[in-house]
Amino acid sequence: MKLKRRSFLGTATLATASLSAPALMGQTRPRVVVIGGGSGGGTVARYIAKDSNGAVDVTLIEPSRRYYTCYFSNLYLGGFWEYDALGHDYGNIARTGVNVVHDWAVGVDRDAQTVALASGERVPYDRLVVAPGIDFVEGSVPGWDVSQQSLMPHAYKSGTQVQLLKHQIETMREGGLFVMVAPPNPYRCPPGPGERVCMVAHMLAQSNPSAKILVVDPKETYSKQALFEEGWERHYPGMVTRIGPDFGGENVEVRPEEMEVIIDGMVEKADVVNVIPAQKAGKIAELAGLTNDTGWAPVRPGDMRSTMDENIFVLGDASHQGAMPKSGFSANSQAKVVANVIRGELTGSRIFPARYSNTCWSLIATDDGVKVGATYEPGAEQIESVTSFISQTGEDADLRRQTYEESIGWYNGIVADIFG
Amino acid sequence: MKQPLKLLFCIGALLAPVQTVAQAIPIGDATAGAEIYRRECASCHQIGDGAQHRIGPHLNRIFDRGAGSHDDFRYSEALLRQGRDGLRWDLRRLDAYIENPRALVSGTRMSYRGLSDPERRADLIAYMRAYSDQPQNIPEAAPTARGREVNLSAEILSIEGDIEYGEFLSSECTTCHQRSGDHAGIPGIVGWPEEDFVVAMHAYKQKLRPHEVMQSVAQRLDEEEIAALAAYFRELGRE
Ligand SMILES: Cc1cc2nc3c(=O)[nH]c(=O)nc-3n(C[C@H](O)[C@H](O)[C@H](O)COP(=O)(O)OP(=O)(O)OC[C@H]3O[C@@H](n4cnc5c(N)ncnc54)[C@H](O)[C@@H]3O)c2cc1C
Repeated sequence: MKLKRRSFLGTATLATASLSAPALMGQTRPRVVVIGGGSGGGTVARYIAKDSNGAVDVTLIEPSRRYYTCYFSNLYLGGFWEYDALGHDYGNIARTGVNVVHDWAVGVDRDAQTVALASGERVPYDRLVVAPGIDFVEGSVPGWDVSQQSLMPHAYKSGTQVQLLKHQIETMREGGLFVMVAPPNPYRCPPGPGERVCMVAHMLAQSNPSAKILVVDPKETYSKQALFEEGWERHYPGMVTRIGPDFGGENVEVRPEEMEVIIDGMVEKADVVNVIPAQKAGKIAELAGLTNDTGWAPVRPGDMRSTMDENIFVLGDASHQGAMPKSGFSANSQAKVVANVIRGELTGSRIFPARYSNTCWSLIATDDGVKVGATYEPGAEQIESVTSFISQTGEDADLRRQTYEESIGWYNGIVADIFG
Repeated sequence: MKQPLKLLFCIGALLAPVQTVAQAIPIGDATAGAEIYRRECASCHQIGDGAQHRIGPHLNRIFDRGAGSHDDFRYSEALLRQGRDGLRWDLRRLDAYIENPRALVSGTRMSYRGLSDPERRADLIAYMRAYSDQPQNIPEAAPTARGREVNLSAEILSIEGDIEYGEFLSSECTTCHQRSGDHAGIPGIVGWPEEDFVVAMHAYKQKLRPHEVMQSVAQRLDEEEIAALAAYFRELGRE
């Protein structure tokens, strides 16, 4: 492997050890390359390295040195979580024996089985995992593109966007208007926009109680709708208005320079605008030829293997798999199935039948947590839901508080599982 | 949550082979408890025929008795107050008090350091239980055994878990339950005695335990898979 030393993270000894080991053994270990060190990619790299005890050479390609989770970023907006506590570095993943390369993957040569990096290097693989998360569909909200993200932030990918959004809301004029342009299906974290509205409302109720929130939504219905609407009514009465498709919510355009939102032809002057555009698989999936006309990468339900290439797996938000929501929990769950399959194929270890699960917690107000979840299994064509549950409206305060505390336990659990 | 579970386990090991008591587990081994009583308690507390108050009150009929309720014994103010507040000596309270007296009644005069081994406490309590009212004489008396949460056959309890499979299955658990055993908001599950684990998972599977995430996870685990998980998490605790 022709990697430059400086592109490695971790101590010198670590880098040396992982580079020289195959040479010392006089044979090449099977090579796994993972593109994207988020919820899906971080998990799969770590599990393969941990469970194969060095029998597999695992390289993780991720441009950022610190991964900021999108999960709990809404809680940061609401003042329930610190920004720094959203960030996790790759030190422990490297310590399980993963070569962590901080660079962008810019192309995949599927015939040669190599990944091209922005630095110009090529990394060969026997199995490739593609987990780049999402990118935005250009033109999905007329008037908006990523170059406008400092005027109208999306705050829907990890990192500093959410700090910007928080700052804009904090400095909004008294009695101002916050507009959220919600995305069409499918998008990451189905309850994410609803939870964000709760957290923005929570923040405004304290600092700017005469401010208003307008949600412009192209969808008829959305995840946890009854729970969120009950919460808005109970905790933030009169603050939140939602315009669905029947009143023009699917016909929206923005003018970032003027801070205007045009809903079905009507111009609305806004103070802060959060545009969450339509989404598709992270660009590298498309460049690798793994996506179809949905914009997502179709996979086989039993093992998340690309339907386009036997040696490539796509997981997390970028995959088109069926019934699982695009969530960090789902990505983590899928990664474990993929890790088991890849390790089995490369080392002969046992391969077990896939099982998947997901639970998404959301915070509505102080100590008012709700959840939705399901278990899944592979069907003939796609992943299907087996059992599901959701919090009920009208639950008592103790249960809601316990659900919130549980969500903190989950957060600590999943980040320990990936980065701890 | 944790304590009764531990208790449940150590007494589960002594499960009588008779089928009819499959649902009830003796509190502990009363014979072993007699020896523990002699060593730990007898210098201050008498029990049995003709027992009198000494440094501490006698412990006949301690089960179901209100704390500080012998008129002819001088208790600490703390214990009397707890008695007025409704503290009664049932299995759980006795267990907690013996484990760490000051944790339950902070101003107690009982200068006993506590007995940390749950199995020895269970044996001790089983011994003491024999000197209180028995349900066969007084139906309202406290039970002399604990019910198992779920009725599991000996075959299910004796399934040898496939640890490697358990490791794969465990990855579903570790999205929330930390591998390190750390717990905050979500209970730790590492290093549990296997039987506790199996009983708990079957209780979720049968929806006797009320948590929806756990119910849905448990619902699709079969007996072998539950045993595999129990074996894996026990092993993980030994690492
Ligand atoms: C506001 C909000 C709240 C959310 N709340 C929750 C929640 O409570 N629970 C939950 O489970 N999920 C939640 N989610 C969803 C969750 O964040 C995503 O579903 C999850 O991160 C998806 O994981 P992933 O691995 O597919 O992608 P990501 O975690 O986004 O990781 C992708 C990684 O790939 C890297 N990458 C991209 N392109 C390249 C390239 N070309 N080369 C190398 N690396 C590349 C990126 O830098 C990134 O680190 C929330 C999302 C949002 C926006």
